[in-house]
Formats: sequence, C-alpha cells, structure tokens
Amino acid sequence: MAGHRSEGLLLAIAVGVVGVTFGVLADAAGLTLPQIIVMSTLVFTGASQFAAVSVIDGGGSSGAAVGSAMLLAARNVLYGPVVARLLGTSGQRVLGTHLVTDETAAMASVQDNDVAAADAFWWTGIWLWSLWNLGSIGGALLGAALGEAETWGLDAAFPAAFIALLVPHLRTQPGRVAAILGGAVAIVMVPIAPAGVPLLVAALAVVPAVWWKARLAATP
Amino acid sequence: MSWPALAALVVGSYSCKWFGVFVLSRLGGPDATPSSGPLRWFPDIAALIPAALFAALILVQTFDSGGLLQVDARAAGLVAGVIAVWRKAPFIMVVLVAMAVTALIRWQTLW
Repeated sequence: MAGHRSEGLLLAIAVGVVGVTFGVLADAAGLTLPQIIVMSTLVFTGASQFAAVSVIDGGGSSGAAVGSAMLLAARNVLYGPVVARLLGTSGQRVLGTHLVTDETAAMASVQDNDVAAADAFWWTGIWLWSLWNLGSIGGALLGAALGEAETWGLDAAFPAAFIALLVPHLRTQPGRVAAILGGAVAIVMVPIAPAGVPLLVAALAVVPAVWWKARLAATP
Repeated sequence: MSWPALAALVVGSYSCKWFGVFVLSRLGGPDATPSSGPLRWFPDIAALIPAALFAALILVQTFDSGGLLQVDARAAGLVAGVIAVWRKAPFIMVVLVAMAVTALIRWQTLW
C-alpha cells in the first residue's frame, strides 16, 4: 500500500520542478501572478498550460493559445474510462475528475487491484496538484526576480522544455511521423500565417500519422 | 493572456476530463474504446496530437522571429537541449543547459 504512495510523491516532486519552469515561462510571457495561480490550480493540465503560454509568448492571439491548449487537453478524455470506477461517490467524482492527468491515470493503471488503484490515483493526484501549484507560484516569483527574460536565455527554455516532453512520443513509428510532419508544417506556415496559427495547422499531421498506424496494424 | 481566454481554458480543460469520466466511461467497460463509427479514430488522434504539436512548438519557438524564420542564439540552445536529452539529463538540466548556451552566445556577441 505504501509503495505507490511514495512513488506518487516522487513523481509529484519531479512534476513540481517542471511547475517551477512553467511559472518562470508564464511570467516571461506576461501572465500576471493571479493568472498563473488560476491556470495551475484550475486548468491543471501541464502540457496544455505550456502550450498556451508559449503561444502567448510568441505573440499569438488568445484564441490560438486556447486552441492549441485544448488540442493537447483532448487526450484527458481517454483517461476517463481508466479511472472512472475508482473515483467513489458522485461528489468525489466531480473532484477526482479535476485530478485526471497523464500521471494520475498512469499510476492508477499499473496497480494490481481497484483498491490500490484508487489509493494511487488520489494520493498521486493530491501530491501532484499541491506541488505543481507550489512550483508554479515559486517559478512565477523567480521569473519576476530574474527580470529581462532574453538576457537569461529564457526564450530558449521554451523549446528545451518541449524537447523533454516530446521524446516519449517518439518511441513509436506513428509518433515519429506525426512529429516530423507537424514540425515541417509549422515551419512552412510561420512566414504565411499569423502567430499561433502554425501550431493549429500542424495538428493536421495526425491524419497521415493515424493512417500510418492503421497501415502498421493491418500488416502482420 | 486575457481573463476570458483563461476562463475558456479552465472550462474546456475540465470538460475534457468530465467527458471521459462521466460519458466515455459509460459507453463501454474499462479501457473500452468504441470499435465502430467516427469515434473509433479518436484514441489514435488524441494520442498522436502531442507528438505533432510538441515538434511544432519546438521549431516555432526556436526559429520564428516575428513571422520570419531566423537562426540565432536560440538555435544553439536547442542543439544543447537535444544533446542534454540524448544524454538522459533530467528535465530541469535540459532547460538550464539550453538557457545557459543561449545566454552565453548573446553575451559573447555583445563584445
């Protein structure tokens, strides 16, 4: 029982460090401290938050920021069937739904039984939420103290953070197809589309990638 | 970022989670995904979007300079970040190495 609780805490500490990076970058992108707090407490979806903030930082519109963040949030739909039966009473379900993330779904899905899975989900979720928010606030304050973002190379921190996020997705062939085509489409679109829009168009790269995956599944 | 956009993101983000827990989970058993209809493509699409978007974000953040493509100190930071990831450095090291290389090159070119 205790094993997955300490694993959840370790995972949450790592995510808290990512939260510090998020806070610093959100500050560099011009979000206010109250906005950063609202985003980390209530949006609570790391990749979406990074995407929204990076679109704003690149001069994109709020619509493009929300659009790319929502595209990334869509995968949380898939975790519902994995965790729904673990969330308890209807009141707990409403609260537990907020804690559905890559990390909580992953921790719950590797347990042997439903009791351990529910325990892992809640403990990971509570640690994750607490440390993500603590990290974000710390990062926002750190970012404000740093001052001029470009002197510190903070603009290079954005792509570097996304390299670390991208790597696990390159393990499959369809993932590599989506990444190469998505990157190529975005670069072609940069000179001809308003800021933020190249990302939305790049999402279309999933169409050939899904086709590729179906083709792989069809050939034995 | 505007407050209405942030509010939309809060609602949208919770809605995705809500749809999964309260709707999709009732369409089948655990891990069940619809096997027919247009919804059957959804899991693959949702799983591959991060790969496409993260790659796009990396390149746009590195080479976009106000709508023009430009190779500058950020590109050196990107290369350093890729090397750090390749050497299996932890997340914070990847970010710090990229920042340091970019900042150093900017500082050097001031001389």
